Amino acid sequence: MTNSIAGIEKANVILAIGTNTTEAHPVIAIRVHKAQTRHGAKLIVIDPRKTDMAQRADIWLRPYPGTNVAILNGLLNVIITEGLLDEDFIAQRTENFAAVKEAVAPYTPEKVEKISGIPAADLLAAARLYAQAERGSILYTMGVTQHTTGTEGVMAVANLAMATGNLGKEGTGVNPLRGQNNVQGACDMGALPVFYTGYQAVTDPAIREKFAQAWGVAELPDKPGLKIGEIIEGAGDGTVRALFVMGENPMLSDPDINHVEACLKNLDFLVVQDIFMTETAELAHVVLPAASFAEKDGTFSNTERRVSRVRKAVSPRGQAKADWEIITALSAKMGYEMDYGHPGEIMAEIARLTPSYGGISYERLEKGGLQWPCPDEEHPGTEYLHAGKFARGLGLFNPVVYKESAEVPDEEYPLYLTTGRILYHYHTGTMTRRVDGLNELVPTGFLEMNPADAEKLGIEDGEVVRVTSRRGSITPRVEITDKVAPNVVFISFHFREAAANVLTQAAYDPLSGIPEYKVSAVKVEKIQ
Amino acid sequence: MKMVNLTIDGCQVEVPLGSTVLEAAQKIGIEIPTLCYEKDLSLATACRMCVVEVEGNKKNLPAACAQPVMEGMIVHTNTPKVREARRMILELMVANHPLDCLTCEANGRCKLQQYCYEYGVKESSFTGERRRFTVDDGNPFIERDLEKCILCGLCVRVCDEVQGVAAIDYSDRGFDTKVTTFMDRGLADSPCVSCGQCVYLCPVGALTAKPSKGKGRDFEVEKVPTTCGYCGVGCQLALNVKKDKIVGVTNLPDNHNQGYLCVKGRFGYDFVDSPERLTTPLIKRDGEFVEASWDEALDLVAQKMAKVRDEHGPDAIAGLSSARTTNEENYLFQKFFRAVIGTNNIDHCARL
Repeated sequence: MTNSIAGIEKANVILAIGTNTTEAHPVIAIRVHKAQTRHGAKLIVIDPRKTDMAQRADIWLRPYPGTNVAILNGLLNVIITEGLLDEDFIAQRTENFAAVKEAVAPYTPEKVEKISGIPAADLLAAARLYAQAERGSILYTMGVTQHTTGTEGVMAVANLAMATGNLGKEGTGVNPLRGQNNVQGACDMGALPVFYTGYQAVTDPAIREKFAQAWGVAELPDKPGLKIGEIIEGAGDGTVRALFVMGENPMLSDPDINHVEACLKNLDFLVVQDIFMTETAELAHVVLPAASFAEKDGTFSNTERRVSRVRKAVSPRGQAKADWEIITALSAKMGYEMDYGHPGEIMAEIARLTPSYGGISYERLEKGGLQWPCPDEEHPGTEYLHAGKFARGLGLFNPVVYKESAEVPDEEYPLYLTTGRILYHYHTGTMTRRVDGLNELVPTGFLEMNPADAEKLGIEDGEVVRVTSRRGSITPRVEITDKVAPNVVFISFHFREAAANVLTQAAYDPLSGIPEYKVSAVKVEKIQ
Repeated sequence: MKMVNLTIDGCQVEVPLGSTVLEAAQKIGIEIPTLCYEKDLSLATACRMCVVEVEGNKKNLPAACAQPVMEGMIVHTNTPKVREARRMILELMVANHPLDCLTCEANGRCKLQQYCYEYGVKESSFTGERRRFTVDDGNPFIERDLEKCILCGLCVRVCDEVQGVAAIDYSDRGFDTKVTTFMDRGLADSPCVSCGQCVYLCPVGALTAKPSKGKGRDFEVEKVPTTCGYCGVGCQLALNVKKDKIVGVTNLPDNHNQGYLCVKGRFGYDFVDSPERLTTPLIKRDGEFVEASWDEALDLVAQKMAKVRDEHGPDAIAGLSSARTTNEENYLFQKFFRAVIGTNNIDHCARL
C-alpha cells in the first residue's frame, strides 16, 4: 500500500476494485465501513461478483471478468473529457501524461459498455465521484493482478490516481491489499528471483559486491533467477533438478495442478519444509517439520509495510524446529556457518544491508510496529509514500490498452470461471482446514452459479456437478446464488477435493508472472 | 481548539470543549466504572454505572460517559451518594443474573463480578421473577447465554457500527427485552460472521468463546502479544497460553487493527495442536515416508543438493520461500540460495 490502513478512514471516496475485502481482509473492511458510516465517505466497487462490498457500495459496477483495463481507461477518459483532472499535480509531479491521454481517448463510456457490460451512465457517475473527491483512495487485490494483463491493470490504477492527484497525501493512494501474513515481507526480504532485500537488484554489480562482502563469499550469481511458474516448468523439462520448498503448497496454489504434479514428479530431489503433510509434501523425498508462527520469534511485514513482532508463545511440537534454525543447520552441513543466536540478530543484519529497514530493530519493535521506509534509528517510519516527490522523482504515466483474457468462453466451454477466497478458509487450507469450527462453518468447496444458468442446466441447489476446463475437471457442489452474474461461475481455491486450480490455466502476465486465475472458460454438467 | 478546565476529585484537568466527564477523568487516571461504554462505539448511556456527583447539580447524578464538561465544573466520582447509586444499580442487575461464578467462563474478567466485589454486593435485596432462556450454541465459536446478559448493548453496537453486519439487535420490551437474531433463529442462522468482536466486549459471561471453554481462567493464562498468521493485515493479538497450549486469543488495543480481529485470527488457532502436525523429519524410502533424525535428514538434503550443484550447476537448484514464514527466515532462505548454493532461483507465492 502506498498509504496506511488507518488512512482509509480519512478518504472521502473509496474505489475498491477486484477486492472482496470483507472476506479476504475483514479488518480492513472495518475501516471502509467506518469511513462510510462515520465520516460520510462514498464507496465505489468494481467487481463481477455481488460481494458484501458491492452491497455496501454507493455505486457498484459489475463488469465481465477480465475487462479491468478497459474500465479504468474509461474512467480516466471521462475524467479528462469532463475536465476533472488535477492539472497542477500532473504538471508538477508527473511525466508522460500526454501518452496516456492519447491511449485512453478511444475508451468512451459507450465503448467500455460494449467491452465490460457496465452501463455508460454508471461509469460516468463513478468517474465523477472519484475525480471530485478531495481524498480518493483506491483499494485493490488480485481481482486486478491475476490476469494476463495484471500489470497493465495496476498501471491503469496508478494512472487514475496520479491524474486526480490522489497520491502522496493522507487518505489517498494506490493500495494493494496483500493476501498473506508475510507476503510483503517475503518480497522485502528478497525471496524474489531478481532482488536482494529492499528490492536491491541482483544485476547491479555494486549491490552484489555489497552482499558478497557482508556474507563473506567471493562472488554472487548475477543472472536473474527463475520465477515460480518457470521453476515449475524447469522441473518439468529437467533444467531444474532439485527443489527446496519452505512453507508453500504449489500443488494447490498453482495453476493447472495436474501439470504441476507431473513437473514436480520429474525432479531428482524435492525437499518440503512445512508444518503439515501438504499435497506438495506428499511428493517430496525429504520432509522437514517446521515450527508454526506461535512457536518462534520473528517479524512479519503487513500490507501497509508495517514490520511487527511475532513472539514465541508455545514450544515447537515434537521435534519441529523454526525455519530459521533449519536453514542455519543445513547451511552448516553445506560448509557455510550462519551464526545467529536469535532472530533479532538476523534482523540486525537485514537492517545493515537494507536501506528501507535500516532503522528497524527488535528493541524498537517492542514499542509497536514500524512502517518502512525507516532508514535510521531516529526515523519514525513512513505512514504514506510519495509525499512531495515520487520514489523515482516524477510519477510516470504508462499508457495501457485493453486486451482480451487468454481464454474466454466459447461454444465448448461457455462459462466464465473466476476464482478467489472465502472468509472462513485461508489459502490452500493447510491451517484452517484443521480448525474444527471453521470446517463446521464451511466444510468444503462449492461452485457459485447464477439461478438463470442453473435453471438452464436443470441443476438444483446443493447438487454435485462436473466442472470441466481444457485442463481437467472437478466435482463440487453447487450453490445457486445471484452473487455471480449469468454466464459466470465462481469457486474458491482452498479445498483439495474441489481444487479450483485443476481448472485454471498456466497463462501468465508476462511481466509479473502472475497466472490468470480470474478468467478461465469452463463448462458445467450434471452428473448422471 | 477551545479548552475547558474542570476539577475531578480535587484534581485540575484541561480537556477540549465537547469532551465528556468520563474522558476528562480517564485523562488524569481517575477510574470511573462503566459497563456499557466503549470508546469506539456510540453512547448508549444504558447502565448508569458511571454516575458522578457534580457540584451545583441538585437534581440528579449525571452519567459521566454522556455528561459534557463545562468550565469550572467540580466533579466527585466516589462520594457516598455515588457509591449508593452504583450499589443499587448492581443489585438490580444481580437480581436477574445467575450467580454461578464458580463455573462461569467470565470469572476473573467479568466486570459485574468485579464491581460487585468493589461495592460489596453479595446478593440482591430484590427477589422476583427471573428471565429464562435457552443457551444459543449453534455457532461453533460463540455461545450466547442470555440469562447472563445485562443488556449493555455493546455486542449490538459493535456488530453494527464496527463489523457492519448487524446480526443482532434488541427485541421485546421492558422485563422481556433481549438481544436476539432475526426471528430469534440463533446465531447459526444469522448473518453473523463469527468475528467474535462481541465476545471480546461482553462485560459479563453472556457471550463465550466456545473453543476456550473450560481451558483456563483469564488470570491463569499468559497473554503473549504477537502478529496474526493469516492475512496481510497483520493484526496484533495476544495468544492466551496455559501449560504450553494456546487456549484462546484476546484483543490488543492501540494498533492499526484497533484491537479488532476476524474469525480466523480469533478462533483459527487449533491447527497448532492438530494431531496431524509434522513432528519428525521424514525420508521417503521405497515410496513410503520413514521417520529420520535431523542429522540424517539434513545430511541427505545437503548431499543431494551438493550433487545436483556439482553435476548440473547451481541453476539446476531452485527454492520456493514462503509468504507465511518470518522476515528473518525469508532473508536466510535467499541468503542460503545465493551465497551457499549460488543461484538466484528463488521465488514464493506472492503471485498466487
